Amino acid sequence: MTRTAFDHQLAEVQEDMVELASMVETAIERSVQALEGRDIELAHRIIDDDLKINRKRYETEEKCLELFATQQPLAGDLRTIVAVLHIIVDLERMGDHAEGIAKVTLMLGHEPPIEPDIDLAPMAKIAIRMLVGSVDAFKDRDAGRARAICDEDDEVDALYDKAYGELVTHMVNDPETIDRATHLGWVAHNLERIADRVTNICERVVYLVEGKIEELNVSKY
Amino acid sequence: MVQEGLQRALSQSFMAQTSGQAGGTTDDLPRGPVAETRDLNVWYDDFQALRDISLQVPGHRITAIIGPSGCGKSTLIRCFNRMNDLIAGFRSTGDVIFQGQDIYGKGIDPVEVRRRIGMVFQKPNPFPKSIYENVAFGPRINGYVGHLHEIVERALRQAALWDEVKDNLRKSALTLSGGQQQRLCIARALAIEPEVILMDEPCSALDPAATLKIEDLMRELAREYAIVIVTHNMQQAARVADSTAVMMMAEDRAGELIEYGPTKEVFTNPKEQRTEDYITGRFG
Ligand SMILES: Nc1ncnc2c1ncn2[C@@H]1O[C@H](COP(=O)(O)OP(=O)(O)OP(=O)(O)O)[C@@H](O)[C@H]1O
Ligand SMILES: [Mg+2]
Repeated sequence: MTRTAFDHQLAEVQEDMVELASMVETAIERSVQALEGRDIELAHRIIDDDLKINRKRYETEEKCLELFATQQPLAGDLRTIVAVLHIIVDLERMGDHAEGIAKVTLMLGHEPPIEPDIDLAPMAKIAIRMLVGSVDAFKDRDAGRARAICDEDDEVDALYDKAYGELVTHMVNDPETIDRATHLGWVAHNLERIADRVTNICERVVYLVEGKIEELNVSKY
Repeated sequence: MVQEGLQRALSQSFMAQTSGQAGGTTDDLPRGPVAETRDLNVWYDDFQALRDISLQVPGHRITAIIGPSGCGKSTLIRCFNRMNDLIAGFRSTGDVIFQGQDIYGKGIDPVEVRRRIGMVFQKPNPFPKSIYENVAFGPRINGYVGHLHEIVERALRQAALWDEVKDNLRKSALTLSGGQQQRLCIARALAIEPEVILMDEPCSALDPAATLKIEDLMRELAREYAIVIVTHNMQQAARVADSTAVMMMAEDRAGELIEYGPTKEVFTNPKEQRTEDYITGRFG
């Protein structure tokens, strides 16, 4: 007995999810790039593209609901669809965080960077690496990998603490920078939230593979 | 039993659903299993139908048995009230324990066993008699002389049929719909106050509404009785059963118990790959 049509639909929602993840990855990358280069045009594009991310999420969600309604999925199939449903919500929100960063770029306009500049790129790099890793862990059904990725969230948290401290120092030393520093604080916060949401994805991967729902990394924030 | 004549066998089969006596209380059911099999093996002549089945049926709970056609579900459920005795060539080893006693043991009266362990079949099979008589029959032939009317009403209420038939109790049971007939058969089984109710695909002839009604009824009955249900409907097992047993055929086609656990576990995260394949429809 096979379920060809169902198997096809099941593969499709997972492919949709992976595609959504890559759209979000691009958005995050570009958001940091736009910020660094004060690239207003790119920032606008990220904001426009977020609509596509939202649409993709709802489309995928609809397909998942249709599978529930028509196929009564059980066991591994059930866990797959439940995992996808949760992950696409986190992905969509991560897209919102990237959009948030793009909006900061618009607000900062052509203002000069703070001297010495706060380097948020390493945070972004780790967050993106975590995102890509979590999607691979999903594809490979690798719970061990998912758990390991969660631990990387601590690095992001530490970088966030550091950035926050530096920004406060700037604000205290030079009240002129308060606006800009606050905006950069939002960026750092968005990046921290992105990494946090990756840990949610990892939790879903563990659920998918092992069938148990466990909280993997209780973030400081 | 095996050596007894066909006529006797048939009447036994008939009794299984109907005989029994009123009285006897069900609220003193012990904790732990009400019934269980231990290393049960069953043969029909040379063919081994069940191998090494150890299954515990807890009181006040619904236990579902699922598995592909021919894996021995009906054979197993029939062992719990010795209905297999009626089949030529049937032979078993191992134990079937009910309330601490081996029901295949010496000196055990199979009729008494069936009085305490009732059965509802796949196809509703009311007698061609009135609704009232269908339910009153069991208590009556068991010499019950009290308020038969009360027993009939209570059984029909328990089976969620009373409101639909109370003004037509003298009408033939055969005028009822399939779903009503099945609830009547359940009422008939309840009237003799069994301790366990065995149901072999009780909803397979019913429409979705009647099916859901029977399922509600099962949940209601599980407050007082232990219920064992065989079903091909995965969603039904998932909806009603507290625990689910999964059976499969081995190479030689003998039925084996491959997984038994809380229903939620079995349907969301089964331990066995074969269970996963079966319940997700990728079997065979
Ligand atoms: N009276 C009988 N005589 C001989 N063999 C039998 C008899 N009843 C059942 N069998 C055999 O025993 C095996 C198990 O049958 P059983 O009816 O218990 O399966 P089942 O799981 O209830 O199947 P289904 O889901 O189709 O009702 C089958 O191979 C069947 O052919
Ligand atoms: Mg059967």
